Amino acid sequence: MAETQHIIDEIQKLAAEHFKVAADHVAPDDDFFQKLGIDSLQALELLTRLENHFNIELPDYEMQGVVDFRTLADRISQRM
Amino acid sequence: MTKNVKAETLSWSCNEGVIELELHRAPANEIGSQTLADLEAFVEALAELQNEASALIIHSSIDAGFCAGADLRELYQTGKTMGSSDRIAGVREFLNRIHSVLNAIDDLPLTTIAAVHGTTFGGGFELALVCDLIIADKMTRFCFPELRLGLIPGFGGIPRLKRDLGNAVVRDLLLTGRSMNATKGAQIGLVSQLVGEGKSLVAARSTARQILKFDKGTSIAAKRFVKPIPRAELREEIEIFCDLFSRPAVDAGLRRFVESDDPYPYLP
Repeated sequence: MAETQHIIDEIQKLAAEHFKVAADHVAPDDDFFQKLGIDSLQALELLTRLENHFNIELPDYEMQGVVDFRTLADRISQRM
Repeated sequence: MTKNVKAETLSWSCNEGVIELELHRAPANEIGSQTLADLEAFVEALAELQNEASALIIHSSIDAGFCAGADLRELYQTGKTMGSSDRIAGVREFLNRIHSVLNAIDDLPLTTIAAVHGTTFGGGFELALVCDLIIADKMTRFCFPELRLGLIPGFGGIPRLKRDLGNAVVRDLLLTGRSMNATKGAQIGLVSQLVGEGKSLVAARSTARQILKFDKGTSIAAKRFVKPIPRAELREEIEIFCDLFSRPAVDAGLRRFVESDDPYPYLP
């Protein structure tokens, strides 16, 4: 649980930096498309940043249907 | 002497032995009929330009990336107005024309560099694959998403990726439809230089300056030796594509893509 929370924190920090919003602007259960105002191509930018940061490969199909940071962290933790 | 031409979807220049082709069609350099016409004009201009240069760099000035591939919206909208046989004939003509363009670039007596970033999908990936070198910034993603539409890549991607890297990589990308980041691309030999964000064009220009130091005739001979064009497979690809394109599933896939409110329409 603590590990997942750490991943959530890292994702939120990376997303906030990449899309230039304040870190406290996003929360674990936020729909990141709506909260960050991003489209699918920008979501792929986030995916690339996450892969580079966590040194993993996260195939696109693992992202299908994922819209919130908590679920995204879960997908990442399954690959680490 | 600098020569500059600005077309609707792209621009080119030739300066001190280096030709640069810049893609600049928003939102993501999708390749439709206008881009194809502009690429044909560029290839025509190359007949003269190639005598004044040793290197060609292809890059994008669009933030989203190098190129998101074929213009699926145009393909869908155009196809809606046609009967089945006319649609297939139209697609075949488009494929023959884009293959002529890409084969001409593949076969150029120049060292060619794709300086890529961001989305490099489908036909955009295939455009990069005609170049001798791919220099990618670390935010680049490569993908063949065509299977989600019930198609295979149609701009020569499979034969060229197989030529350069082998069948296992083709199967991985083609059969899963997943995208691959540039770090992975560098690990498997697709990307010749991996650079920081926004640095691919700078690195490509530096590489072009190195290329200019070599005897052009020797570079041409070396390229011809190591980079045969897989013409038979390229022709076969067009036949398979047109056969698949005639199936109802493709029309349904295109409609789903164009009309989708899915937050991930680019994802397989």
